[in-house]
Amino acid sequence: MTWLTWRQFRIPALAVYAALAAVGVVLAITGPDLVGRTEFTGDAESLYTGTMLAMYLLPAVLGVFWGVPMVTRELETGTHNLVWNQTVTRGRWLAVKLGTGALAAALAAGLLSLAVGWWASPIDTMASAQPENALWTRISPALFGARGIAPIGYAVFALVLGVAVGILLRRTVAAMAVTLVVFAAVQLLVPVLVRPYVLPATEEAVTITGENITRITGNQAGVIESIDVAEPSGAWVLTNETVDPSGAAVSPLPDAVQGCMPAPGEGLPDRQTVVGCLTQLSDLGYQQRLEYHRADDFWPLQWIETAFFLALSALLARFCFRRLRHLS
Amino acid sequence: MTALRAQSLGKKYKRRWALTGCTLDVPAGHVTGLVGPNGAGKSTLLNLAAGMLRPTTGTIEVCGGVPGSGPAQLAKVGFVAQNTPVYAGLTVDEHLRLGAHLNPSWDDALARRRVAGLGLDTAQQAGKLSGGQRAQLALTLGIAKRPELLLLDEPVAALDPLARRDFLADLMETVAEHGLSVVLSSHLVSDLERVCDHLIVLVESQVRITGEVEGLLATHHRLSGSRRDLDTLPADQHVVSASHTDRQTTVLVRTEAPILDPGWTVGRLTLEDLVLAYMSNPTAARPALEVLR
Repeated sequence: MTWLTWRQFRIPALAVYAALAAVGVVLAITGPDLVGRTEFTGDAESLYTGTMLAMYLLPAVLGVFWGVPMVTRELETGTHNLVWNQTVTRGRWLAVKLGTGALAAALAAGLLSLAVGWWASPIDTMASAQPENALWTRISPALFGARGIAPIGYAVFALVLGVAVGILLRRTVAAMAVTLVVFAAVQLLVPVLVRPYVLPATEEAVTITGENITRITGNQAGVIESIDVAEPSGAWVLTNETVDPSGAAVSPLPDAVQGCMPAPGEGLPDRQTVVGCLTQLSDLGYQQRLEYHRADDFWPLQWIETAFFLALSALLARFCFRRLRHLS
Repeated sequence: MTALRAQSLGKKYKRRWALTGCTLDVPAGHVTGLVGPNGAGKSTLLNLAAGMLRPTTGTIEVCGGVPGSGPAQLAKVGFVAQNTPVYAGLTVDEHLRLGAHLNPSWDDALARRRVAGLGLDTAQQAGKLSGGQRAQLALTLGIAKRPELLLLDEPVAALDPLARRDFLADLMETVAEHGLSVVLSSHLVSDLERVCDHLIVLVESQVRITGEVEGLLATHHRLSGSRRDLDTLPADQHVVSASHTDRQTTVLVRTEAPILDPGWTVGRLTLEDLVLAYMSNPTAARPALEVLR
């Protein structure tokens, strides 16, 4: 069975690994240049975007081009009639196919993540040290799935998802489309609905001092809706909101500070005046509430996320085996 | 020894019954022909026997086991599905390697000998073979795993008359050599006439008649004589089909007893006449069916 699986799988497998090797070469050539730099613009910036894209695309590609055809191709060409009548049960047939595919997918994602993680480490280090780059710390939602071991979980999940959808729909093209949509949906929903809550976040009440105000958000009528205070560097901030003395979130800010911003048309606001004015909030007992995952939470979160996706994969695999008995 | 035994076997696809109340006993060591019009349930029966499908009602037992129940059962049954599927991207040689890797009982010498004898180029991709060659390759895979029972679903449907004759002749040779049981389906009686010694006629999802070909031919007669009412026939003569002209009646009857009425001219039947009579009269003489055999 291993021989047949390898014979059928070698072309798609080699295609993906060849592409990964090419990416690896590019990263190996450009990587050493990044060490010690503090500015990453131009080439480095576009390469950086490219690596992110590659990290997110790889699992989808594996699900669509490895996972889906694994079973649908056989069903469409009728060769399942041939292979299921050799002295190998369907269950073993699928187990070997799924096992080989999942291992190859995990390895591909692991290797790419390792290469990208190494290449981007100077950029990541810089981002985690500078609060203004909080969006690009490796724990932030945009980057989290492109670093560490989570991509392994995504790749295995995408592959098993492709096989499951293929078994359900029995048609290659339709199954490819559905796999892509479902995988993208899961990738978008997990950072919003699951990841923030799998570990307790750090909560902190910060005194509004004026110096620590980093952003003031107002609407068109000149009403100040919210302010942000400085966030711990390298952290993934979930909440940055103003609370009243009883601890309830307020938005817009109380009337006492609504005069702080100049009305539209009165010229540019002066930072000193505005910030000074806003410190009244502290005197009134208002505080800023921060809720965030510390930079140290990165690895625990990675392990949990990987385990979560592997568990999803196991559920899907179970479905595949149950469903397989009813195929003909 | 029974190669295949079915008890009130039925299979329902979504809303349509493809096979109902099928009770069968196919003895081992025979070549059994499964005939019936398209859509009669031939493929369904063979797929059930191979374990590709699960029965909706009833039971089926093949070579003493439940079809598809495990490697041991799979080893006992060879199945060549309709359209003789092969892997288009794999070469003939790779198909033989597939067989060798996937079957502990694989007879590689037999497979190589067959492929050489058929003149197949082992380096050629299976997708580029002709229909006949593809069927031969699929049959080779089925035979070389050395099963006890070989199930062939319309193996010659896509072949031209010459390839058809060669395929069946080759099949017969192999069967004789290895003494395996075969059930093969076709919607053409002429295909089966030469090779089968046992017959199952399937019409509209039901078994119409089953038995040894010789026995069937010996117990069916075409009677013709002056026009008369069929109610006057002896009770042991079951009418399969009848036609009347102004002056003459022709009737096809089944009976174990000799025809004694001197008013009839008794004619022998060919297998094709017999099968066609059953196929074209789907409701005639059904209650008496179980009596036979």
